[in-house]
Amino acid sequence: MFRKIAISAVSALVLGAGAAMAAGAEAHVEDVAFSFEGPFGKFDEHQLQRGLQVYTEVCAACHGMKFVPIRSLADAGGPHLPEDQVRAYAAQFDVFDAELGDTRPGKPTDHFPQSGLEGAPDLSLMAKARAGFHGPAGTGINQFIKGIGGPEYIYSVISHYEENPECAPDGIDGFYYNTAFAAGGVPDSCKDEHGLSTIAGSWIAMPPPLSDGQVEYADGHDNDVHHMAEDVSAFLMWAAEPKMMARKQAGFTAVIFLTILSVLLYLTNKRIWSAVKGPKKNHN
Amino acid sequence: MAGIPHDHYEPTTGGEKWLHKRLPIVGLLYDTLTIPTPKNLNWMWIWGIVLTFCLVMQIVTGIVLAMHYTPHVDLAFASVEHITRNVNGGYMLRYLHANGASLFFIAVYLHIFRGLYYGSYKAPREVTWIIGMLIYLAMMGTAFMGYVLPWGQMSFWGATVITGLFGAIPGIGESIQTWLLGGPAVDNATLNRFFSLHYLLPFVIAALVAIHIWAFHTTGNNNPTGVEVRRTSKAEAEKDTLPFWPYFVMKDLFALAVIMVIFFAIVGFMPNYLGNPDNYIEANPLATPAHIVPEWYFLPFYAILRAFTADVWVVQLTSFVTFGIVDAKFFGVLAMFGAIAVMALAPWLDTSSVRSGRYRPMFKMWFLLLCIDFMVLMWVGARPAEFPYDWISLIASAYWFAYFLVILPLLGVIEKPQATPATIEEDFKSHYADPNPAE
Repeated sequence: MFRKIAISAVSALVLGAGAAMAAGAEAHVEDVAFSFEGPFGKFDEHQLQRGLQVYTEVCAACHGMKFVPIRSLADAGGPHLPEDQVRAYAAQFDVFDAELGDTRPGKPTDHFPQSGLEGAPDLSLMAKARAGFHGPAGTGINQFIKGIGGPEYIYSVISHYEENPECAPDGIDGFYYNTAFAAGGVPDSCKDEHGLSTIAGSWIAMPPPLSDGQVEYADGHDNDVHHMAEDVSAFLMWAAEPKMMARKQAGFTAVIFLTILSVLLYLTNKRIWSAVKGPKKNHN
Repeated sequence: MAGIPHDHYEPTTGGEKWLHKRLPIVGLLYDTLTIPTPKNLNWMWIWGIVLTFCLVMQIVTGIVLAMHYTPHVDLAFASVEHITRNVNGGYMLRYLHANGASLFFIAVYLHIFRGLYYGSYKAPREVTWIIGMLIYLAMMGTAFMGYVLPWGQMSFWGATVITGLFGAIPGIGESIQTWLLGGPAVDNATLNRFFSLHYLLPFVIAALVAIHIWAFHTTGNNNPTGVEVRRTSKAEAEKDTLPFWPYFVMKDLFALAVIMVIFFAIVGFMPNYLGNPDNYIEANPLATPAHIVPEWYFLPFYAILRAFTADVWVVQLTSFVTFGIVDAKFFGVLAMFGAIAVMALAPWLDTSSVRSGRYRPMFKMWFLLLCIDFMVLMWVGARPAEFPYDWISLIASAYWFAYFLVILPLLGVIEKPQATPATIEEDFKSHYADPNPAE
């Protein structure tokens, strides 16, 4: 009996732990099939390069990525840009150098600039700082199956702007209605008698950042909002977790070797015990 | 070590004799490794090795992480990012350490509930149990302070909420809180002392673990029957036991390897599953997160803390009787620490003459309910404090106390236990065929 309890306890612990991620209002986050999902998922170099282009031409106008060193753009397992392109990319920034007491062109060892617009969050870790999937009922099962959903959340927020809903045709002044963004304000006319929101999402301060064809991709890839949102979300996942591929590789190697070790230890253990323990008797 | 009769180390060579006269350390290691161990131990007896491994892994990864970490409010968050991005293998070190804490707590909860089911806390193992509870408390302190170090939003606000509990102590609470924090609020002084203590406490745990092992090596292990090893003679003891090395070392290592497969799969493929996304946002004293949720391993006791609000009659009665000294907030704090205290007192609350739950039909049901109760508390601890979760947490908290304070004492009186086997050997033989029937 204890074994059964123990097994169910462990599985419940692992599954229930995601409860910590459960959050409030309803929002619609789409499950995107990214190439980097799952134990064998890999970043798509070309997608990351396109995402970098979207980030540079669109997001960077307001947002920064102060924890990401520019040199890591050259890393394998990332955008993997050639060294000269990374140097050229870095040189576009004016960096204040405390030693010179003046600004100088950026170098690959510098980090991306920080957010230029007050209130625009830094994007270095955004793909890990948001959960796209919750529940059900705080059990964490959805996160276990679909992943935590950070990049899906980014994808959904930047591509799910909609017309103001019927309950608030005028919206909120200076804000934009977004069905994936749950953390913003909702007008009283869109709340029920318990003060709970009757609509998906809420109002966000960020204007719709993307429009079809806005970024002309160097590789000629499709550039509608859907594709650009996907590419920049993948890029931000890399920015948040640049060693993901090395980590999965290490995890995979460890799992293989430990499985072999387990088998060897199982056989050793069985052999040692065979002298004192016969086969299990069939009874209760 | 005292206890079960067995062979002792005899130095044979000149060098061994020389050392043995001056420091019998080889003898100590020999006695520890070859300790007679009940041969019927099941797979729930592997968690001790897993826990020892966790402690070593946390200390080793932690020491290396400390080489690259900066305990300053302006630099801590960035230094953790530096570890994951720039330090060789840093991404693995950090995820091993963070998920290692979760493995540590999964193992300790299974270890504790193993003890609760098989009556391992009962005489003569009360001291082992109490030391174990102290280890558990030290683990919680260490984990809590460790979680503050990355200086994310949940680090900061978790620290604010938990240290605020001490502020609920009547009269002296605020002074204690200020003393703990090193100032009026969670700030650089707090981060610095938490780093210092987070580095210190694991070594206190290591010392307590040594005493824990010393204690149960003195009394001998409990086992699934709860029947003691016969110890009138060495020959008799050997029928009930096998030496720890190699039988249990190999068994435990096999179990550990299997657990490591799962652990490395989580670290490699989903290392942030058990974490809170908010902790990837740098701490901001001006922005309170919508939901402040502790790490999963604190949730059961966090649920008990929140369960006793001012509209619960027990709280109102206590407040009235104590002239308002014990208000709802302080009551919650007392309940949270009380929940662990009643567990620590289990050796004296359990009145049953039978040790192992295996032979206690009524106890089994109540114990199963306690396991479910623990899971419910863990789940409800992460839910918002509103209907129906407030009621669920209140009922679940009440059961936790009822189990230890009412059910355990009463069961010993009203329950009719089944017959226990006379010896461990008898139990073992009834489960496994004789491998050498010719003899």
